[in-house]
Amino acid sequence: MKEILVRFLIGGIVVSCFAVLGDLFKPKSFAGLFGAAPSVALATLGLAVVSDGKWYAATEARSMIAGAIAFFVYASCVSCLMRCYKWKALAVTTSSILMWLVTAFGLWYVWLR
Amino acid sequence: MKIRVNFSALAETKGQEYVVRFLFGGLVTVVAGIMAKAFGPVVGGLFLAFPAIFPASATLIEKHEKQKKDRVGLTGARRAADAVSVEAAGSAMGSIGLAVFAVLVWRAAPSHSAWLVWSGASLAWVWVSVLMWELRKRL
Repeated sequence: MKEILVRFLIGGIVVSCFAVLGDLFKPKSFAGLFGAAPSVALATLGLAVVSDGKWYAATEARSMIAGAIAFFVYASCVSCLMRCYKWKALAVTTSSILMWLVTAFGLWYVWLR
Repeated sequence: MKIRVNFSALAETKGQEYVVRFLFGGLVTVVAGIMAKAFGPVVGGLFLAFPAIFPASATLIEKHEKQKKDRVGLTGARRAADAVSVEAAGSAMGSIGLAVFAVLVWRAAPSHSAWLVWSGASLAWVWVSVLMWELRKRL
């Protein structure tokens, strides 16, 4: 329970810091870079090294490459849908998470499994 | 297009919106940890690049753009959608930097000090992301 709480606090703080950085910068396309900041990774990998060792963190990082490729597909998909159809942001960004899941687990199936 | 820092943008975000981002960030970090414990680091690692706060941030951008247009008596739906689209395109460029960050941690973490790896990989993320953003702008 204590570990979950620590993880929650560190994750919340790191993610919020990158989000604030994203708010500060203009133009919007540059601010968008911070939407793909390694915020969850920094919080998680640091804890992984302390609790499970360096090899565990390295294994997680290898899978993160697939997650980052999935993020590229997700963000590109959101960008195209919003530009072409002008739908509601919440609907597009949440439904496109399915795209992230399919890409990430597809890469896991063919490369990491 | 010059890169500018706009501190007044911080005032546009309400306290409640900061709390939502904090909760999302904390929640995704906990879920990534739980997935790693339940299914191992190979599956858990995928979630280190989960679009954690992207939906919350995109919704905020949409809301702020609409509010700006509402103030001058216009409907800003089209402008708001374009703003989210541009932000998402920027995030796509950032995700290339994220992949480079992951490669560096994967290759360097077992043999180097954690602080050196995190700092080097974070700098590489910044450098690659900005480079990709510049390249995209010129194309």
